[in-house]
Amino acid sequence: MLPSELKSDDFRAYPPEARKLAVDSLSALRRLPLSFLPNLLRELIEYDDKFPAERVALEKELANLASLSDSHVAELFGDFSRITLSPKLERTDWVNSPAQFVEQLSANLWITHQVDAFRVAATKYADHLSGAVAAEPPPIPRLGITVIGEGVMSSDIPLFRKLRPYGTYFSRVKPENGLRLLCEVVGARAKAHPVPYGHWYVDGGGPAGHDSALTTISYDELTPIREALLNRIHSETERPGMGPEALRSIMAQIQPAELGMTRDGDRVLQRFQVKLLTEGSGTQVFSTSFVQWTAREALRRAQPLTLLVRFAPRQRQKPMNELLSANPNQPELDVAGSLMDADMGAYYNWLNQQRLPGAEKSCFLVWFEGHHSALAIGPSLPRQTESESEADLAKLLSWLL
Amino acid sequence: MGLQLSSNRREFLRHAGLTLGSTLLRTPFARAANINPKKKLVVVTFGGGARDQETFAPEGQENIPHMMRKLLPGATFFTQVVNRGILGHYVATASLATGVYETINNFASLPPENPTVFEYYRKDLKRPSSDAWVVAPSNGFNRIGESNHRSYGLGFGARVVLPKYLLKAAMSGSGADYQHLLRDNYENPYYTPELGNREFELQQLEMVLKLSATDFRAHAKTLSSPDELSLYIVRQLIRQVSPSFLWITMHDIDVAHAGAYSLYIEGIRRTDRLCGELWTLLESEPEYSGKTTLVVLPDFGRDADEDAGGNGFQHHRTGDAAARTTWLMAMGPGIREGVVHDRAVESVDLVPTLGTMLGFSPSFAHGKPISELV
Repeated sequence: MLPSELKSDDFRAYPPEARKLAVDSLSALRRLPLSFLPNLLRELIEYDDKFPAERVALEKELANLASLSDSHVAELFGDFSRITLSPKLERTDWVNSPAQFVEQLSANLWITHQVDAFRVAATKYADHLSGAVAAEPPPIPRLGITVIGEGVMSSDIPLFRKLRPYGTYFSRVKPENGLRLLCEVVGARAKAHPVPYGHWYVDGGGPAGHDSALTTISYDELTPIREALLNRIHSETERPGMGPEALRSIMAQIQPAELGMTRDGDRVLQRFQVKLLTEGSGTQVFSTSFVQWTAREALRRAQPLTLLVRFAPRQRQKPMNELLSANPNQPELDVAGSLMDADMGAYYNWLNQQRLPGAEKSCFLVWFEGHHSALAIGPSLPRQTESESEADLAKLLSWLL
Repeated sequence: MGLQLSSNRREFLRHAGLTLGSTLLRTPFARAANINPKKKLVVVTFGGGARDQETFAPEGQENIPHMMRKLLPGATFFTQVVNRGILGHYVATASLATGVYETINNFASLPPENPTVFEYYRKDLKRPSSDAWVVAPSNGFNRIGESNHRSYGLGFGARVVLPKYLLKAAMSGSGADYQHLLRDNYENPYYTPELGNREFELQQLEMVLKLSATDFRAHAKTLSSPDELSLYIVRQLIRQVSPSFLWITMHDIDVAHAGAYSLYIEGIRRTDRLCGELWTLLESEPEYSGKTTLVVLPDFGRDADEDAGGNGFQHHRTGDAAARTTWLMAMGPGIREGVVHDRAVESVDLVPTLGTMLGFSPSFAHGKPISELV
């Protein structure tokens, strides 16, 4: 089937809100090329489980597509239209399984050497969209905080090297009660600016005491879910004929309840957590990978005003079959390696925050937990500078915000 | 495709005290080397997937001390090697070996569609099968030695040794002590290599490499990674078989897919050390010393930190410039020492270059000989 042949009834299997949005946008969807449309449907089909920021962005994108003239659509999507798809790909059920279509499309683009043409087409569309759909500036400057190095007594790794050009390095931070002070600041922001999924706390271990207004995800609290998933992976891979692609499809369809999540929980957050574990690479076995990927996805999808991220030590590298076995024994930790992971993770957290609207006013703090080193980035602080001012973390944040 | 890199490639090896090659004349020694019938060739793919910024870019050089101090001063170095093909490890390595951007399924056990460099080498130069060897990680790479091309293919390829297969064959019982050496495909970590023919592997171990299963097991226990195991096998091959053409595919670095930056860096540092050890070995073996050309290059890079479509070092999925652009180092008789070339070459130029160096005709390869090396 081609997009021009789409009918309202084709979306009957979509969740209710997604179905309504698709049907309301039908005339716009019909005009889009097949090399593009399933990418959009992949987002649309999950509309019911999306964060508010994602829903708004999708609604605006569809409204913009509907507002374009036929000639503008032809010009904007011309590069996509010129991408050749295999007949096999065209015959797949891209309406009901857009994610699988996109996965196959990706393989097809590489094999046919069209991946660069697709990149050009996608970049052109993204540029158009960012110009046509004005991003809402955040009501307050965003604040990202990353805490690294839990359990590290001393380290000679030069920290924050990638971030130093952008901010001020503080070498005399008072570490006492540091995590508590940070939790208090982010809790206060959540209360002062109540926005659904607007203020997050992500922890690579068990969470420290925090305000209930925060959206919280911790690696330790997800242990039963991770173990259920690992057991599921283990049993699936034992089945004859099961290959990587089939396993990926199965994992993509896993529902929160299948992993033991309660049916009366926050459906949007549960779905987000399951995706972190089923779509993320390494998130099932390494807490540092889990934390970095969670922060990335939270920023990309929920666009929070506040994000406190704390890395914890990950288990030591072992053979993959041992890592993937749900093991009740206390794993051996790689504290030094985890510090290096987290230092890079902090850089990625800042990069991902800077991709959001209001980046010019955004603030970022990274602190070596329990130590005297921190680095702060924001419009009020000079770049590539070192400060020997003595301050606790609350004071440091007051200079930053 | 407009590849753009954020940093000036000429900054690549600043402070390394090297000369920019574009200002130099070509060496007259290179052509003389081509006629040496005892010439040996060793190709190492520095894999899987290493970015400039963690290797030869200024901030990455701390991770590769052996290549910086031991190899680079005696090498010609290319700062821009562009891979315009599929960025999957098996298919990219197959492309390096054929000189054509292959399109075979990266995760299937398929031979390359175009003749490999080993087939050109053996058929054109009438070399025996014992003269061309590949040492490679197991997933898919068991078919890398020989294409299914009608003019070459069956009987003309390289002999392929898969150290993990050997170890599995040599293991008795559960082999729990060796699982760390059997790590395989980091992109699909849930699957481990299947052993095909245990008798064949054991025969290869004992007849060719002159290793008893007991000795092999005992030594393997002292090693820390699959690539260490590969180098151990290479050492045996060099001493027992002395092949003229040896291709080694490293893969430890691809642990980056697990998302732990420290493990990725650890993989790079280990691969750097193994390259240093390999060169020491080649220089110490009479069959190889002074007559071996060593070429080292990654199969490709990894996604840029700045590309929002990826997740930095973790994967190689975006096809951006950082993932497509990498480097090449060549050293040995007739190759200029301490020279850096900033012009772009392509991955598929490798096979035509080796053809010109060794005197065979890779007629189906798409690349061009790299003039500075031949």
